[in-house]
Amino acid sequence: MFDNLKDKLQDVFSALGKRGALRESDVDAALREVRLALLDADVALPVVKTFIASVRDKAVGSDVLKSVRPDQQVIKIVNDALVEVLGTDPAPLNIQVSPPAVILMAGLQGSGKTTTAGKLALRLRTRERKKVMLASLDVTRPAAREQLRILGEQAEVGVLPEADRESPAQIAKRALQAAKLQGFDVLILDTAGRVTIDEGLMAELREVKALTNPHEVLLVADALTGQDAVTTATAFNEAVDITGIVLTRLDGDSRGGAALSMREITGCPIKLVGVGEKQDALEEFDPARLAGRILDMGDVVALVEKAAETIEQEEAERLAKRMAKGQFDMNDFLSQLRQLQKMGGLGGIMGMLPGLGKMQKQIAAAGIDDSMIRRQEAIILSMTKKERVSVGVLNASRRKRIAAGSGTSVQEVNRLVKQYQDMSRMMKKLGGKSGAAMMKALSGGGLPGGLGGLGGGMPGGMPGGMPGGMPGNMPMGGKGGLPGLPGGLPGLGGKPSGKKK
Amino acid sequence: MSWLKKLTSGLSKTSAKVTSSLSSLLGRTSIDASSLEEVEDALILADLGTAVASRLAEKVRRHKFDGEVTAAALADALSDGITEILEPVAIPLQVESGNSPHVVLLVGVNGSGKTTTAGKLAQQWRQQGKSVMLAAGDTFRAAAIEQLKVWGERTGTEVIAGDQGGDAAALAYQALEAARATGTEVLIIDTAGRLQNRSELMDELAKIVRVVRKLDETAPHDSVIVLDGTVGQNALSQVSAFREVADVSGLIVTKLDGSAKGGIVIALAEQFGLPVHAVGVGEGADDLQPFEARDFANALAGVDETSS
Repeated sequence: MFDNLKDKLQDVFSALGKRGALRESDVDAALREVRLALLDADVALPVVKTFIASVRDKAVGSDVLKSVRPDQQVIKIVNDALVEVLGTDPAPLNIQVSPPAVILMAGLQGSGKTTTAGKLALRLRTRERKKVMLASLDVTRPAAREQLRILGEQAEVGVLPEADRESPAQIAKRALQAAKLQGFDVLILDTAGRVTIDEGLMAELREVKALTNPHEVLLVADALTGQDAVTTATAFNEAVDITGIVLTRLDGDSRGGAALSMREITGCPIKLVGVGEKQDALEEFDPARLAGRILDMGDVVALVEKAAETIEQEEAERLAKRMAKGQFDMNDFLSQLRQLQKMGGLGGIMGMLPGLGKMQKQIAAAGIDDSMIRRQEAIILSMTKKERVSVGVLNASRRKRIAAGSGTSVQEVNRLVKQYQDMSRMMKKLGGKSGAAMMKALSGGGLPGGLGGLGGGMPGGMPGGMPGGMPGNMPMGGKGGLPGLPGGLPGLGGKPSGKKK
Repeated sequence: MSWLKKLTSGLSKTSAKVTSSLSSLLGRTSIDASSLEEVEDALILADLGTAVASRLAEKVRRHKFDGEVTAAALADALSDGITEILEPVAIPLQVESGNSPHVVLLVGVNGSGKTTTAGKLAQQWRQQGKSVMLAAGDTFRAAAIEQLKVWGERTGTEVIAGDQGGDAAALAYQALEAARATGTEVLIIDTAGRLQNRSELMDELAKIVRVVRKLDETAPHDSVIVLDGTVGQNALSQVSAFREVADVSGLIVTKLDGSAKGGIVIALAEQFGLPVHAVGVGEGADDLQPFEARDFANALAGVDETSS
């Protein structure tokens, strides 16, 4: 029912997934999207503002900036905030009182009060085995009382007989008396629809409430409602202190932001939702489930991975093509390093691979960490355009300049150049032989093997018997698993297909 | 104008009237980016939607104010922008005498006010001395037929009705035959409310149109979607879906006597350009009024309040 909002947020998070490490500006950009999505979903502006502010407070902070996968964390924060607004516990009707329990239905015209009264009567009779009486106080809309009588007959519950020329207050009194005398457990009072700015009609509603002392005052509201949800909810709440909300037409394709708005504005739980034309189409509102539907939280990780996959897949394919043609240059190398970072750096990747915990320690011991990737990135960024395309021009003085420019040493520059040359040679070899097969292997997703490249470039290779490159049979999952890449070959992008455990 | 009064009084009672939230903009000599956002927010609160709100706000920003920005000037600028969008679509319903009868089909989601609007339309045309017939095509909702019959009595209009649960298309066909036989000038067909994503219900509506066309290829001459004034952005989806199924040719917006501002009309005008025929401003038989672009724009922007 909230699919559209969900789609919207998914779009937002796809964008996040493409950004890599989140900065404060990224959080703001993401929240701008969330704000638009919520507004397009008809969540009322004041509610949107509160929501965004609370999310921002939580998102912009050291936790997010330091975390390995900040995008996931933002998703979690948005989700939590949504759950908070929607409420966390199911809210049953307060009808376990000494009978009769009185339920007063109120709302705008056409929100679905009469239909809901009929549905509620059926529900209470069949599920809670209550003896229910319906009474219509709607003397305004033509045939409204007849409608309720028919619905009552269909639900096989009691209906207060109609009498002429009674005011709503008089009908209410008579109904309460009849319910008491005839031993009904629940009395449901349907009222006429009214605009909230009609003070006369709102006063009438207050009078009915004072006379009948209802245990539940339910605001029946249309899920298709726009920004007016706030005004409506506020006005009814101020006039008659509503105890709960029934949201109708939730089976429509509206984004249903009204649910969020009314819940937040009144602080009253959404107790029931109308989900169809049939008389049994009235369900309990389950906020946790609904929040789950909005954000699909159980799938958050997969969601982000999927988003990341799209762009990395494209980039991987582009790089694979260039490699097959022997065109791999420093720009491509740079792009690869960046993908590695995007995936959470070395630590992030290691964390995603099952059974690599030990190796993580070894890598740390050997001094390979994310700062190394950043230094390599800096080295390439300090090269001129020409140097990046034709590495052959890198003479001693150029290397010195690059080292100074990137804040590294000439040794480090040399190491990077050697690493690049090894890779490049390997690729040309492969490209000539089975370029197509390799491309397939690479774009099919697999280990972001820039790792291997790094290892190969390290003096002495990787510790623990991993000279240049990962073993070809790592338990990786993904299409066809990890392609057995030769040492020093940077396996390209593709998503980290092993699910995080 | 009574509807303007009702609309304006409705709007004036709401805390979120468009220009009332813009007091911080007053007294400036131009509108900068931050205050532009305020204009935009105020429009969003009126259900214009984010895209239209941002375009209109931008228009206001580019507006050349003479000297300081006053509340009146600001409201005027907004009203001008809105009127420009709405003027082309403010087209009243017209009964064409060439049709015998002129068939008006009312469609929309549940609770939008179709049956009440049918009654009000009957009243309006009866007062113009036309012969009118009502067809109780809502055979689903309990007592919908009785409700329309009450309107028939109030307005002195014959109501063609079948049984609840009957075939609405057959009823419509029967009503058109009856209207033809009696030489009635206008036939108003009420239909059951249906959510636009319920394909089986939309198919039923398509069948009503198909069957009516068997008797008169040009019917329905007006296929009017009735929209609840409190509706939000979902109205776009409603109009789009009903247009596809029932060739919607125009719209009527109801319940504008409440706190809802009905700003979605502006978004609808931009997206579909369909005529806005009338607005409902109360439950009385005479509470259906032609839609006037400038009046609506003035009421929404708060022109009256600020200038007088």
